[in-house]
Amino acid sequence: MKINFLRIFFVSIVFFIIVVFFFSLTQSSKYDTSKMVGKKISNFEIEEFYNNKLISEMELKKSNYNLINFWSSWCGPCRDEHEVLLKLKEINKLKIIGVNFKDKKPNAINFLEELGNPYNLILVDANGKKSIDFGIYGVPESILIDKNLTIVKKFVGPLKPRDYVEILEILNK
Amino acid sequence: MLSITGNVLILTILVITCLIIYKSLASLKNKKDVSILPIIYQLNLLQTTLTITTFFVLVAAFIVSDFSLITVFQNSHTSKPLIYKITGTWGNHEGSLLLWINIMVIFSFLFFVINRKNKNYQLYTLIIQNILIIGFFLFLFLNSNPFNKIFPIPKNGLGLNPILQDPALAIHPPLLYIGFVGSSIFFSAAVAALITDINSNYFARSIKPWIFISWIFQTLGIVVGSIWAYYELGWGGFWFWDPVENASLLPWFAMTALIHSILVLEKKGNLINWVILLCLLTFILSVTGTFLVRSGVLNSVHTFANDPSRGIYILSFLSLMILFSIIIFFKKSKKEKYFFNINSKETFILGNNWFMLFYLITVFVGIVYPIFTEVVADTKISVGPPFYNSVIIPVVIPFLLAMAVGPNLKWNKNEFFNIKKFLTLFLLAILVNIFLVMLFKSSSFIINLILITSLFLIFYSLTDFYNSIYKKIKFDLGRIISHLGFGLMIFFIALNSNFSYEKNFNAKVGEIKEFNIYKIKFNGLGVKEKKNYHSIAGSFSIINIKKNTLLNLDPEIRIYKNPETITYEASIKSSAFQDYYLTMSNISGSDVYNIKFQNKPFMLWIWISAIMISLGGFYNLLKKKNKKIIYEN
Amino acid sequence: MKFFYILIIFITSTLAHGSQNENLENNIYKNLRCLVCQGQSISESNSDFALTIKSVVKDQIQSGKSENEIYNFLSDKYGDWILYRPKINKINFLLWIVPYAALIFGAILIYSIVKKRNN
Repeated sequence: MKINFLRIFFVSIVFFIIVVFFFSLTQSSKYDTSKMVGKKISNFEIEEFYNNKLISEMELKKSNYNLINFWSSWCGPCRDEHEVLLKLKEINKLKIIGVNFKDKKPNAINFLEELGNPYNLILVDANGKKSIDFGIYGVPESILIDKNLTIVKKFVGPLKPRDYVEILEILNK
Repeated sequence: MLSITGNVLILTILVITCLIIYKSLASLKNKKDVSILPIIYQLNLLQTTLTITTFFVLVAAFIVSDFSLITVFQNSHTSKPLIYKITGTWGNHEGSLLLWINIMVIFSFLFFVINRKNKNYQLYTLIIQNILIIGFFLFLFLNSNPFNKIFPIPKNGLGLNPILQDPALAIHPPLLYIGFVGSSIFFSAAVAALITDINSNYFARSIKPWIFISWIFQTLGIVVGSIWAYYELGWGGFWFWDPVENASLLPWFAMTALIHSILVLEKKGNLINWVILLCLLTFILSVTGTFLVRSGVLNSVHTFANDPSRGIYILSFLSLMILFSIIIFFKKSKKEKYFFNINSKETFILGNNWFMLFYLITVFVGIVYPIFTEVVADTKISVGPPFYNSVIIPVVIPFLLAMAVGPNLKWNKNEFFNIKKFLTLFLLAILVNIFLVMLFKSSSFIINLILITSLFLIFYSLTDFYNSIYKKIKFDLGRIISHLGFGLMIFFIALNSNFSYEKNFNAKVGEIKEFNIYKIKFNGLGVKEKKNYHSIAGSFSIINIKKNTLLNLDPEIRIYKNPETITYEASIKSSAFQDYYLTMSNISGSDVYNIKFQNKPFMLWIWISAIMISLGGFYNLLKKKNKKIIYEN
Repeated sequence: MKFFYILIIFITSTLAHGSQNENLENNIYKNLRCLVCQGQSISESNSDFALTIKSVVKDQIQSGKSENEIYNFLSDKYGDWILYRPKINKINFLLWIVPYAALIFGAILIYSIVKKRNN
């Protein structure tokens, strides 16, 4: 009796493992942090791009929604998403804050002159350490934050037109 | 041309394999017809010859850089040195699969030729093995064919990843494959043993050399892989509990359990069901490992290019294998009575199996758990060295003690081991440990225990060695060498992990940094131009302030052309007592370099003792057998 | 008596402890995964991301944060995947329990086999 129970137990474990393996083939193995939503962003102090004034998270409370976009002049996909950013700038409820990531000021200024400036406010993170506070691991990345400083949505990679639509939907709720 | 040749060969071999199975079944049905057997032999010979030829056809394609074959295009380049063109044949998925099949076929042939006494057993093993071969050949032909063509024919290939262009990495796959692919033969033999109800002792003697060969090469394969990782990957470690490394470790645990249990089966005729289970398990684990590594399900430094279709095929094949093994085992295994005295060698061998299965389950759960959480709970977690180290290391402590005491017990007898010897050597181990701790002034509780128990195993093995040489007491020299090697390896790894020094810092050219007992001077940078890469080499002087010695190290940042990759070459100076290890990388957009300096004691001794483990197996395999076969009941 | 002495020596020898403060930094690096690499830790990786994380961890150690606080900080931002040591929580408890459960099960099995003989 005991032996039969053991046999069934082992066979079911083996069966379970095989089923899990089959399912795992359907998962993608690339990892991204877009699921890290729902938490509050931590307090920060970052220098403003032009006048080096220190800006803190209090600045974000001034508007209903903020989109923090991390970008660099040397980043190719950042050029691709610029159109979407310019469109987003036209939305009143949304304030767009750019964080210039590991960049050189002259190059950044040229980049904005060439493609246009979609930002209400630009901050600078020269060594990339401040961006760690936001859970950033590459550029471009964007974070949508509400009035309570909660992360509503994370966009890893360049913003696409469908992301524009999604942001509109969230803002209009 | 080569593509057609290769494909024709594969199809021919497939047909021959089917014929082998057909003729073997016919021979089993008509036992009186002796004319079939020579035909089966000829078919086997033909199959082996053609399979080896197919492999050499692929090697030829790599040597002449025949880019009409996709595999050659994807993994080779005209500027590669010849030796790496050749070894590149098995440095990719399709080529290594062909190597896998070659070993299955060669082992099948050899086993067939050697084991002629019991026809049923011989033929059933042949049939099962050839069914497996067909499975792999179909996979090769339909999904991963190295002879697939590409059109238009490219002028040059994509090149081989430079970190694979290394002598250690060239022999690492063949060694490993003889290990875990070789286990296919005792998988088939175990199934045949179930079907034919064979005599335990005969079964044990027929598979024992194969188990040894498999185990020896698996051990060597894993060690060579670690040596390569240490010298090539540039982080100074040799084992990372990386999922692919772990996949090679799983069959090793099963094989080690098997290599011990087979002794009980041979000497006492007991444990046949367990041995059969282990034989089935080893090859199942090998195929599971292959699935995990090649399907893209795991994230690792070692990944081949990933392709889910491979995963589906291998997993389906694996599921069939497991299903078949379960059914045949439950149907055909016979009830067995066990005769074990508490303080006998057999019980300690059961103990060895107990530990081995613990390690196996731990590593398996560690590999599989992230997959499980992702599928079931939609969360991605990592299971890395902290998990494996904290679960496995404490258990190694009693394991080392048992390794020393177990072999000294006798078969069958219920006697207590020599308490005096145990306590004396244990005390000696403690004293040496105290000496080491006082000399070097730091270690943790666990490390102390590891040092004591590994020293205990070392001393015990040495006294056994002395006794067997001088007092002519009959001891298994192979076992002494292997266990001694294992004890030494753990001992040196413990010392190495405890006394290694590592410092990560930033520096510019011309700066001198001082920490601990070292002064490191960044002398300058140079540029080197080689055939397939150019590099920035840093020149560093390391001064050991305490010993007043000076060493020069020159790590490189290498930029390869085909394919375009950057590698970081460590500069390593090895000596009997320690290795000095230096790597550097550039902080982009600045003239500051991030430097990692390490002092690693006893590295050479770790390699030597690890290789020693397999040498014990070699000794056992090659020594003259006892004329008397002891068969106790 | 002899046994008692041996026990004392054994216990005192294992309690010998050394200072390993320099290792805290390196240990943390080894326990963090480089998110943009294929299966490398922050300690091994030379990527930009790894260098930045190293810098941030150094700052946090300087400001007195403990090892666990640093791990929690990073897993809060990047998810549990960045930690090589799986947390002990509802999802992971099986991972930590199964090996020991197997050990106990094996012991019971062996005990029942060996016991049979003596009956």
